[in-house]
Amino acid sequence: MSQEPAVASAPLTKKDFVTQNDVRWCPGCGDYAILNSIQKTFPELGVPKENFVVISGIGCSSRFPYYMETFGFHTIHGRAPTVATGVKVANPNLSVWMVTGDGDALSIGGNHLLHILRRNLDINILLFNNRVYGLTKGQYSPTSSVGMKTKTTPMGSFDHPVNPIQFALGAEATFVARTVDTDPKHMVETFQAAHAHKGTSFVEIFQNCVIFNKDVWEDIYGRGVKDDQILYLEEGKPLLFGKEKNRGIRLNGLDPEVVTIGENGITENDILVHNPSSLNPLQAALLSQLLHPEFPTPLGVLKSIQRDVYEDCMDGQVKAAKDAKGQGDLQATLAGAGSWVVE
Amino acid sequence: MSASAKNLIEIESVVVRFAGDSGDGMQIVGEQFTDSSAFAGNDLATLPDFPAEIRAPAGTLPGVSGFQIQFGSRRVHTPGDCPDALVAMNPAALKVNLPELADGGLLVVNTEAFKTANLAKAGYLENPLDDPALAEKYTLVKINITDLTKEALADSPLKPTEKTRCKNFLALGFTYWVYDRPLEPTINFLETKWGKRLPEVAQANIKALRAGYYLGETTELAQNRYQIARAGTRPGTYRKINGNDALVYGLVSGAQSAGKELLFSGYPITPASSILEGLAALKHFGIKTVQAEDEIAAIGVALGASFAGSIGVTATSGPGMCLKAEFIGLTAMTELPMIIVDVQRGGPSTGLPTKTEQGDLLLSYFGKHGELPCPIVASTSPSDCFFAAREAMRIALEYNCPVILLSELYLAIGSEPWRIPNIASLPAIQPNIIEQGDEYVPYKRDPKTLARKLAYPGMPGYEHRIGGLEKDETGGVSYDPLNHEKMTRLRIEKVQAIANSLPPTYINGDKSGKLLVLGWGGTEGAITSAVNRTRDEGFAVSSVVLRHLNPLPNDLKGILDGFDKILIPELNHGQLRFLIQSKYLRETIPYNKIQGRPFTVNELLQAIQDNI
Repeated sequence: MSQEPAVASAPLTKKDFVTQNDVRWCPGCGDYAILNSIQKTFPELGVPKENFVVISGIGCSSRFPYYMETFGFHTIHGRAPTVATGVKVANPNLSVWMVTGDGDALSIGGNHLLHILRRNLDINILLFNNRVYGLTKGQYSPTSSVGMKTKTTPMGSFDHPVNPIQFALGAEATFVARTVDTDPKHMVETFQAAHAHKGTSFVEIFQNCVIFNKDVWEDIYGRGVKDDQILYLEEGKPLLFGKEKNRGIRLNGLDPEVVTIGENGITENDILVHNPSSLNPLQAALLSQLLHPEFPTPLGVLKSIQRDVYEDCMDGQVKAAKDAKGQGDLQATLAGAGSWVVE
Repeated sequence: MSASAKNLIEIESVVVRFAGDSGDGMQIVGEQFTDSSAFAGNDLATLPDFPAEIRAPAGTLPGVSGFQIQFGSRRVHTPGDCPDALVAMNPAALKVNLPELADGGLLVVNTEAFKTANLAKAGYLENPLDDPALAEKYTLVKINITDLTKEALADSPLKPTEKTRCKNFLALGFTYWVYDRPLEPTINFLETKWGKRLPEVAQANIKALRAGYYLGETTELAQNRYQIARAGTRPGTYRKINGNDALVYGLVSGAQSAGKELLFSGYPITPASSILEGLAALKHFGIKTVQAEDEIAAIGVALGASFAGSIGVTATSGPGMCLKAEFIGLTAMTELPMIIVDVQRGGPSTGLPTKTEQGDLLLSYFGKHGELPCPIVASTSPSDCFFAAREAMRIALEYNCPVILLSELYLAIGSEPWRIPNIASLPAIQPNIIEQGDEYVPYKRDPKTLARKLAYPGMPGYEHRIGGLEKDETGGVSYDPLNHEKMTRLRIEKVQAIANSLPPTYINGDKSGKLLVLGWGGTEGAITSAVNRTRDEGFAVSSVVLRHLNPLPNDLKGILDGFDKILIPELNHGQLRFLIQSKYLRETIPYNKIQGRPFTVNELLQAIQDNI
């Protein structure tokens, strides 16, 4: 501990964030790639290692803190947003990362997710979406497709699934992004953007469960289809996709449609330009409705706007109260108006 | 005897009850009577009693709101059994409260309200005021309070309905005359509350108050007037305090004594909401408060705060305790400090939200899955909530564990005078934290206390992970069967070890005798009064009221052994008795009341008499 300055001056590397614990996810699980990308991201953020806190709920993804050489808290099912809120409010200097899954965040924890997003604490939320309950061995989840057959839906699910991005937008999250477990570079960029955003950053990560929902995202990010199925979002750039980058999203009234540049007189000027910082909620809502298979799936930052941050407002009120009344004096408060003296 | 020379009678103590419609302002006049009596130097205790509905249908029996106060020149332990005086603002209030008025007691009624419609709503076929038996049994004072208020405010610019609304202060003024109470505290209150914003409202109420007082002075409505001397209290600075306010200040004081930032997170629930409200008003003490989205979130936020180095506190009532159970388990499993306040109300389920009960002791004891006890501390009087909160803080921070602090609605909203302690001289609390530089093994324990040390995010070199999975000493996840048994036993023994830090148990009376009355929490006042009276009659009775319910004090077994019989009065079906009998294998006598109301002293006197 005495060599603290030396430690602080040595640049952090990925290795600094790897724990000695054996990682116990199934071989081939998408979680490995996400863990790897987070361990690559953290050293680059300029945050002292001791200020990182990783908080999770329950589920396969929620084992994440055990594999990160940071402060970590593996809490209870669905409630990670509440613990993360307490940590951030108590110490706003910490870089708080919350790891959750589709069941943890959107089923048992749906209420807390709504409230952490609307409060806009400066916390980064990574939602691993594999559209199935893995740790309990394969029941359908709140993001599973209608018709999915599992042990609890032997005749196929008839639950209409939650769209995580639309949920976050509905809660008026200030930062909403999506990335995939097969694209480390895109993950790192997305995590960096999430960190840079002041406010709650919500990142949906398409994640593959090799045991209970194998290849769930293969139709979107599979090797042969991804060029036509993924729409990479870049601020200020037109919404173009396809191997030749010649297909795009045009607005027809209020409805998006896929068009090809050069066909029917379509030019790049007809294509919608990505504006994640728009204050018009329709911009991001429109992107959230680009659903497979009619549309390519948008990846990247859908929305990034500024709004007051909860813990800053709280600190501001504490300071304002002290400025107005002076630092509280308990003895004086108790012996204030209404007290009397017995000689 | 002339009108001005009415009988002035010196009495030791008296019980007054105000009752009316829930919109009649009975709670506010009760509070004012309390402040005035405190100002007059009397000891006192209060019992507000109101319906769960904000405004139940006017004039009906369920809509009756009451406020009882006992005040005296000697130590007052309870709000009193039967009122010596009842102010009934309408027929429903009379019907609900008359059965409890002492024979010969002063009965003040607002005759204006005794009209056909109101009588019918209260279920009276005939006007009870016309029954000559009423005036024979009680000292009946019939006043048209409503009309007198309107007359007194003839010059006021207020609208007629607004004038009528001041009638509670006219009634209050009359009682001030009867009991020789000072008007100043109430006049000051009205001027402070309304003077700036609505001066005409302040003036009208002050005028009504004075009119009521002069009514007593100039008429022969009441033959007797009473004086209650100042209580012979210890020198010091006093204030009136209710349980939830005392709890708020106790939390602030405890956190200060520990050098900790206090983060309170709650969800509104009767009767705990005023703790969140009270702390939210103390931001200049550096306190952070979060109104969470639900009871589960409230405790989750508190836990996150404790993990990050603050002291997280949450408060709720029974239904909220049920929702918090899983998080209490995680807090106990990870061994982080926290205070969970349960202001008990009548249960189960929504139950009796505005009535008192001691129904959550076993819930606090057993209400988690797995085997993982939680320390439990109970407050015994409104002002004691201050010290109970400090004690909960001490245990939570020195042993690193969640502590359940049991209060009761009866204490939360009841008031008493309180000699303000010297805050600076209160003992320090030593949070159990690793010294920067020391080697850290997260679940390594102090060999004596079995407590672990904490390291917080932001401390360089102390990165570690915790969670709800079973772990070994290093904090690493362990499924080893023997480790699980060892850790389970250690967690239980750690809570038991807290008993070594407790002072000797206070016994009211002799250390041995025929009968020990054993209670816990808010029944302390009634138990002490009843036991003292029985002792005055020469019986070998003593009482112990427990502050610590888990662990129970080490000396309790020896105390129990000193008595032939043990009587356990509780406002539940016998929860402490269940614990005592199973732990000490000692037969005990139950005395239970499950009516949403506190024990009267007479009930306990009878229960004691029946067993000696």
